[in-house]
Amino acid sequence: MSLDYLLDAAHWSGPDGFPHQILEHLRYTGLALLIAMVIALPLGVLIGHTGRGAGLAINLGNAGRALPTLGVLMLILAVTGVGLKPVIGALVVLAIPPLLTATYAGVSSVDRGVVDAARGVGLREPQIALGVEVPLALPVILGGVRSATLQVISTATIAAYVAQDGLGRYLFDGLAVRDYPRIVAGAVVLAVLAVVVDALLALLQRVVVSPGVRPRAGSRRRTALPQPER
Amino acid sequence: MVIRFESTTKQYPDGTVAVDALDLTVPSGAITVFVGPSGCGKTTSLRMINRMIDPTSGRVLIDDVDVASERPARLRRRIGYVIQHAGLFPHRTVVDNVATVPVLSGTPRKEARTRAYELLERVGLTAAMGDRYPAQLSGGQQQRVGVARALAADPPVLLMDEPFSAVDPVVRHDLQAELLRLQGELGKTIVLVTHDIDEAIVLGDHVAVFAEGGRLAQFAPPEELLASPADAFVAGFVGRDRGYRGLSFATAADLPVEPVTAEGTVVEGLALVLDDGRPTGWRDPDGRLLPTEGTHTADDSLRVVADLALLSPAGAAIRVDAAGRAVGLVRQTTVADVVRQRQRSRLAVGAVGGSAG
Repeated sequence: MSLDYLLDAAHWSGPDGFPHQILEHLRYTGLALLIAMVIALPLGVLIGHTGRGAGLAINLGNAGRALPTLGVLMLILAVTGVGLKPVIGALVVLAIPPLLTATYAGVSSVDRGVVDAARGVGLREPQIALGVEVPLALPVILGGVRSATLQVISTATIAAYVAQDGLGRYLFDGLAVRDYPRIVAGAVVLAVLAVVVDALLALLQRVVVSPGVRPRAGSRRRTALPQPER
Repeated sequence: MVIRFESTTKQYPDGTVAVDALDLTVPSGAITVFVGPSGCGKTTSLRMINRMIDPTSGRVLIDDVDVASERPARLRRRIGYVIQHAGLFPHRTVVDNVATVPVLSGTPRKEARTRAYELLERVGLTAAMGDRYPAQLSGGQQQRVGVARALAADPPVLLMDEPFSAVDPVVRHDLQAELLRLQGELGKTIVLVTHDIDEAIVLGDHVAVFAEGGRLAQFAPPEELLASPADAFVAGFVGRDRGYRGLSFATAADLPVEPVTAEGTVVEGLALVLDDGRPTGWRDPDGRLLPTEGTHTADDSLRVVADLALLSPAGAAIRVDAAGRAVGLVRQTTVADVVRQRQRSRLAVGAVGGSAG
């Protein structure tokens, strides 16, 4: 039975066990996402707020989608050599386009009347961007974060290609020795991890998005407005 | 707070002149309405007051201080701003929307909220609505919140850009009445932009009519606008029925009233039927009861009386007291006489005659 590998308790402990590899996998994913967000979110807010550089955001988004991840990995490998850096680099390049596009699209689609009112009552530009546009764009921005996260989690398997860690290890090692239960085990754990992380992000979205903001295109969940308390 | 435009011009890079050398003094403590067709520069002029747009030449002064000398954000916090569709922040509760400017200016949040709840009641909402989000309110309610937000910092100047254009006529009428009531209490310097000449006439103490190309065609009180339009453009824009609409500015109080007698009042063969002093209809010689078509009080305008006199089967408008009891009649011929005298005295003076003011 092909689930034997997955269900064997021996594979759930130690430096080669699933828990360790899951944590490693999440470390790559988290690090790559963090770097990508630090770059893409402020840039997306800036472009969405000012309207300047919108072409750049759109083209970068499209170009990013067209890039083959493995190709990018090899390219960075050639420059930096084997190790963690090229993996993270490739994942960052992968994560930036969805984050940038979503943030730009979310911020720029905020009702201009609301932005005009914000400016008219005396909010400064940074206050408009951070206090009005970002909260209103949050469903769309978080949609981008979720989609980037899913992509990075699934693609982080390539880490095992050049480094020794992550859930990709089961796939690459399994393939090398034709141990199919091992491949299946790796794939299943990876899929479950992706679903769990996405569910957590969905939960986060419910917590941080104001109930007054109805979800728009790009977000997946409808949050009903609660009735007033009094 | 007097707002003064001094040869204020706004020209866009493509050469379009939105506002052309505007010279205008907006009086303090009154409602001044900027009205005109689209593209006439009325909104641009309004937005130059709080520096949402900067003029290409000329100046805008508030109490003799050039607005260009002030930082935009700080300037705007001292000027209330209301726009079409209210422009409320959807992610904030109603009360936090209202408290926006005081909080920005450093008022503690709790204090600002307390005042915001009071303001909601002042603009005709309930304090309980403060805890809702804007999406849970109707368009008219949202617009009231927009007004409350603009008033929160108690600014001496209020700018309103097409504030009532997006709501249905019934709600618009309520909001207009509410604005006049509030202004009676507050006495702010209000500049209101609209494309609706009727709204301008109802709300404005002064009306500035803008023509295409950003030219100020006439600046006058509304009754003068109706009585003597400056040129063909203004006459065309003000529209038909100028004479009739001008009657809105004359009070019914000065009209000679024929008394209603207890024994029975007969006009043109119709007998006024009263129930405990209240008019219920006119009885014709065949015994049929015809409707009164409404009544008026001394506080109504000459326009209301003229309309009732036209509608009445007896050709007489019924005057009632505060309790609704008939006190007299005003016949069509009386209304016509008064209107003729009014117009003659106006033309004799060469300017505005009597008014409701």
